[in-house]
Amino acid sequence: MSKTITLTIDDRKVTAPEGEKLLWVALENDIYIPNLCAIKEEGRPSASCRLCFVHVEGLPAPVTSCTQAVREGMVVKTRTPQVDRLVRTAFELLLSDHRLKCSTCPQNRSCELQKIARARGLKLKLKRFKSLGKEYPLYESPGLFTFDRSRCVLCGRCVWVDHEVAKVGAIGFARRGLKRMVTTFGNIDLDASSCTECGLCVKACPVGALNFTGEQSSEKDG
Amino acid sequence: MQGVTKRHYVIISKGDVFVLKPSENEKEIIIEHVAEILGGWRADRENLIPILQDVQDRLGYLPGVAMEKIATAMDIPAVDVFGLATFYNQFRLNPPGDHQFKVCMGTACYMVGGNIAMDSFKRRLSIGEGDTTPDRKFSLERVVCVGCCSIAPVVVVDDMIEGKVTPTRVDGILLAFEDKHQKKDDNKGNQGQEGV
Ligand code: SF4
Ligand code: SF4
Ligand code: FES
Repeated sequence: MSKTITLTIDDRKVTAPEGEKLLWVALENDIYIPNLCAIKEEGRPSASCRLCFVHVEGLPAPVTSCTQAVREGMVVKTRTPQVDRLVRTAFELLLSDHRLKCSTCPQNRSCELQKIARARGLKLKLKRFKSLGKEYPLYESPGLFTFDRSRCVLCGRCVWVDHEVAKVGAIGFARRGLKRMVTTFGNIDLDASSCTECGLCVKACPVGALNFTGEQSSEKDG
Repeated sequence: MQGVTKRHYVIISKGDVFVLKPSENEKEIIIEHVAEILGGWRADRENLIPILQDVQDRLGYLPGVAMEKIATAMDIPAVDVFGLATFYNQFRLNPPGDHQFKVCMGTACYMVGGNIAMDSFKRRLSIGEGDTTPDRKFSLERVVCVGCCSIAPVVVVDDMIEGKVTPTRVDGILLAFEDKHQKKDDNKGNQGQEGV
């Protein structure tokens, strides 16, 4: 049994089971920290989105809160100039590889990127970086959902539910660097793969990459 | 950003799509080899890379059926094997052609038109990077610096270095091969007749 500890986040004392990851402790206490790639049930976080940085007193540099275990007496700040800068850069880099057109996006208003922008006063616009301008063909499943890779932020949530919850193994990551993408075995269309159209990945997607069509289209909200 | 027409490009790198399907006969051979290789390893995920390397050493590439077999043996989704195979440049998913063109995209070659040479090959062969022509005569790859930057852009044709490769030179290289193949085919025909 893990013991309960007390830590301070943004001058607020909170309690949590020792060893719990800081990100979840903060979120459970209604302290928002931007995050895209974190999955609570996942044993080893991929820590790939680089949005969840916080400052922990005593540590030389900001750390990702999704990988940081909490301990007794820890003092955390979710906003410092250094943290803000890291988060802003990570956010801008994500947007540079994203088809930003919220007005035509099915996820408009329930999008995690928009939420982060709002919470941190960031713009959903590119200034510093150029858009990579990648366009992938849109995939439409027979009647259930669409997959717009140009809006995928590579958070890995869909792959995780496909593997660990649906236990199908139809989708995964392929390639590397800027060509990295979520795809099927052999890059075939989803309907030709082992995809069962359970829709769990669509529900898991935090942005407008995977979207229900037709009747279910409102199901993703919330 | 507004007002600027953005040039969008569609990414369909064909190198990691199985364009060429092995015949039933080939499949059997592939599966035999893979079974043999798997016999020498503990089917554990940490052995995935060395197993893939063994398969590629043996077969010259990683056929889809081979990856599926390996995935089944390890009890992991085939797409995870695919993900790993496409992550590393050392793996190829299509069989190498009888003749291989390796276009250098190192800094020096790139700067003086390595990509133009690459595009010429792509256009002339109607294949993408990492692909093999349907008749399996030619395959196309990118490499990064082969060490003779002074004659950039460089293309390695089988084991021969070709320097200062312009689109015209690409045509020349291909023409030479077409000639050779033509002759070989003619010879084959003759021999066949003699044999009867
Ligand atoms: S995914 Fe979010 S940020 Fe991207 S276009 Fe859609 S609503 Fe906008
Ligand atoms: S499709 Fe959605 S859930 Fe899947 S990796 Fe992309 S953004 Fe994440
Ligand atoms: S949530 Fe921590 S790095 Fe993505």
